Amino acid sequence: MSDWLPKSAAGKRWLGLAPSYFVIGIFMLVPMIIMGVFSFLEPNPYGGVKPVGSFAAYVKIFFEYDLEDQLVFNPGYINIIFRSFQLSFGATLLCLVFGFPVAYYITLQPENRRNFYIYLVTIPFWTNLLIRTFAWIIILGRGGVIETPLLATGIIEKSLRMMYTDGAIAIGLTYSYLPLMVLPIYASLEKLDFRLLEAASDLYANRFEVMTKVVIPLCKPGIIAGCLLVFIPCLGAFIAPNLLGGGKKLMLGSLVQFQFASARNWPFGAALSMLLLSAVVIVLIFYARAAKNRAAMEGSA
Amino acid sequence: MSDQMHQAAANKGKKMLPVGHYRGLGAWTIVFFIFLYLPIVVLVFYSFNANRMVMNWGGFGIDWYLKAFQNDDIQKAVWNSLIVATAATIFSTAIATIGALVLARGGNFRGKTVSLGLITLPLMVPEIVTAVAVLIFFSAIGMNWGLGNVIIAHITFCIPFAFMPIRARLEGMDTSMEQAARDLYASEWETFRYVTVPLLMPGIVAGAMLAFVISMDDFIITLMVGGAGSTTLPVYIYSMIRRGLTPEINAVCTVLLFVSIAIVTAYWVVSKKSQTDTVH
Amino acid sequence: MKHLLTTLAAAAAMLTLGAANADGELFIYNWTEYTPPELIAKFEKESGIKVSVDTYDSNETLLAKLQAGATGYDIVVPSQNFVPIMINEGLIQKVGVHKLPNFKNLAERWAYPEWDPKQEYSGPWQWGTTSFSFNSELYSGKGSSLKEFFEPSDEVMGRLSVFQTPDEVVSLANIYLGIPFCSEDAKQMKKIQDMLVKQKEFVVAYNSETMSDLLASGEAMMTNHWSGYSRLGRLTGAPIVYAYPKEGVVGWYDSMVVPTSAKNVENAKKFMNFMMDPVNMAMLTENQGYGDAVKGTAAYYSDELKTAPEINPPSDLKVFFAPTCSPRAQSLIDKVWTKVMQ
Repeated sequence: MSDWLPKSAAGKRWLGLAPSYFVIGIFMLVPMIIMGVFSFLEPNPYGGVKPVGSFAAYVKIFFEYDLEDQLVFNPGYINIIFRSFQLSFGATLLCLVFGFPVAYYITLQPENRRNFYIYLVTIPFWTNLLIRTFAWIIILGRGGVIETPLLATGIIEKSLRMMYTDGAIAIGLTYSYLPLMVLPIYASLEKLDFRLLEAASDLYANRFEVMTKVVIPLCKPGIIAGCLLVFIPCLGAFIAPNLLGGGKKLMLGSLVQFQFASARNWPFGAALSMLLLSAVVIVLIFYARAAKNRAAMEGSA
Repeated sequence: MSDQMHQAAANKGKKMLPVGHYRGLGAWTIVFFIFLYLPIVVLVFYSFNANRMVMNWGGFGIDWYLKAFQNDDIQKAVWNSLIVATAATIFSTAIATIGALVLARGGNFRGKTVSLGLITLPLMVPEIVTAVAVLIFFSAIGMNWGLGNVIIAHITFCIPFAFMPIRARLEGMDTSMEQAARDLYASEWETFRYVTVPLLMPGIVAGAMLAFVISMDDFIITLMVGGAGSTTLPVYIYSMIRRGLTPEINAVCTVLLFVSIAIVTAYWVVSKKSQTDTVH
Repeated sequence: MKHLLTTLAAAAAMLTLGAANADGELFIYNWTEYTPPELIAKFEKESGIKVSVDTYDSNETLLAKLQAGATGYDIVVPSQNFVPIMINEGLIQKVGVHKLPNFKNLAERWAYPEWDPKQEYSGPWQWGTTSFSFNSELYSGKGSSLKEFFEPSDEVMGRLSVFQTPDEVVSLANIYLGIPFCSEDAKQMKKIQDMLVKQKEFVVAYNSETMSDLLASGEAMMTNHWSGYSRLGRLTGAPIVYAYPKEGVVGWYDSMVVPTSAKNVENAKKFMNFMMDPVNMAMLTENQGYGDAVKGTAAYYSDELKTAPEINPPSDLKVFFAPTCSPRAQSLIDKVWTKVMQ
């Protein structure tokens, strides 16, 4: 049956990675290289690029020409990027705090019931994101599901104005990305051996310590995977900020979109995403380094 | 009363929980599911709206269901979405599973970090950039397979979403079971099929579910790379803004929701039956 | 077995639809629900051509997609200011619309428009106006000036909604301030920017999706709006009034054009000709509720449409159609918008 498998470990390794390399290499890496090249070209006025080399797109991220055509520092785009990172960070934290106990609860269930819960987490996401977001507008909005009973019973006297606030954005983002947090945590928690917890408890660890010293370290890969899956897509999110937040401030996702649509400045859009890509990669490399160092220290201790 | 005594008295009053269980977990989970399903209830309710507004109630009616059942375009869009999401889920989960196995089990080898970076690349690029880049690439090589273009693009960007939970599952999982199977003269394939895959299953299920919902919801990439005849449900919905969305979309989503619940229930019944059959 | 083979062949054909070049096909690319199915059915029946409709969300997407090399569409429906860009970039082809038999039905006002002076490329679809609407039960004004929208009174504080994308907002601001469209003068654009920044204090949301819902729920009492869409909101019973300010409104005109990469050009021309028949165009207008450019369609309208204020503006209304802006003007507009969105 397995005669066709290569015999050496390295051979098997590359055979296993080949499909990923093939699909992502051709359909993702090559297009991204094209985009990387575009970011160093001049924009064609009506979309597309001109084959003329230029650093203008990268300069534009930090500087602008004022009315006298002088190049001056412009914090505008940096602010947008910073704001998006803040928002993503907040949403990731909320997803983690809200989702982790649920993932944990699901692992405590009898084995045959766990998949049922997992389906329960994903079923709402069979519907369309836009229409789900509209549902939140109905819930939070003026005369909506929350306000109407409170107004009717006289608990509040006028509209709470929950819509078009940062809180509404936070709710929308958390809602959109919750399964991306719960599922990876569940996947890594599910193998948790409860005998380990009992052993820890016997060694006079209290409940809190069992959680922080045994459970969380064991499912750390899941937590990291979940955080990445929420954080990075959140950076590009635009539906919740626009529809629930009122779109009063540009976010990174809308900004990049804007360059390929209305502004028709493809190199600038490409440069922004190259910057984003490198920022994420740098953070990941630092993280990997730190994790390796810590592992080495714990190993020698 | 000292703090300690107070604590002891409090503990006495409560039922002791088994190790690893925490008070309030169940309640927290209930709140979680209310949060998750409240918008869905609203969405389903508004599918029975009699007027054409998605957010203002105008009386009860089932007109939008009748309209959706007569609307060939929207049905085609739903089918396209389901075809794309199913194909993308199957292929991306398979590719991600073997990739994750190699990266988690293959030891330390040259190119491991690079491989990891490559697999997560589709996650790190804003969607619109991927969309335009892939479209330029497809046009450059003259690839024009209609819905096929969309499927390939979806497989590509779904890989990291399937990969992450599977890898998280594998990390820290010991290989003793597989070792034991090998010792019992199981072939490499048998070990993989009957030991590794079942052990991995929760990760694979989680990964596949994520890939499916991500693919079902994708709009920008589909809009850009899709050729003629490949309008999916999200593309259809977002393109309605010229005239405004109608509760017809709620009706379609409600039908999809109940189809998914039906599938899950059927699976539930079947798997329960096969479980009781195999138990002696 | 034979049945299975035909099914497989059909499936394979489905996958390669884009590459297929059968004579009897027509691929239309348009906004969702902008192409009434009954109209398509009528055309299919009369011509024997099989029509397939796909959808996009904006002019910008359409342009970006054609620029990136997308193929497979025979008819696309851009707005007037995108037609010259597509001509310049070689994305659409001459099909000699003025030579089609039904061209004679085109109203004088719309024949040989400035964006296609020889009418070589474009055939009519729908046109409408962009202005603002208000909830007449909440707002005390009359909507007689753009001042009410750009420099609103205090009652509108926190209850104003503005479109999400700059083009139409800036065009309306041009009209209000008397600044020419597509101005390349940075000082003039600064005036627009300052005004929009001040207006922002009154804004509850920048929104191009749910205007009628916002007005009906009272979340907003005034919002940017399109004529036909505003009418649909009013028809649900909400007290929505579409304003015709004295300074004028922005007009838009969507027309059918044929991409250079189209494979079924003759069928596209047949469809264009079909659409210039008043009976067919009236069907489209009745379904859409915007306006059309074909003579004699009014005879087929329903009574409601004949008298709808959104579709039948006062005769002295000034309608300005935005031209294609130069790259410098466009970049100023983008700069203004990015500043407003800080």
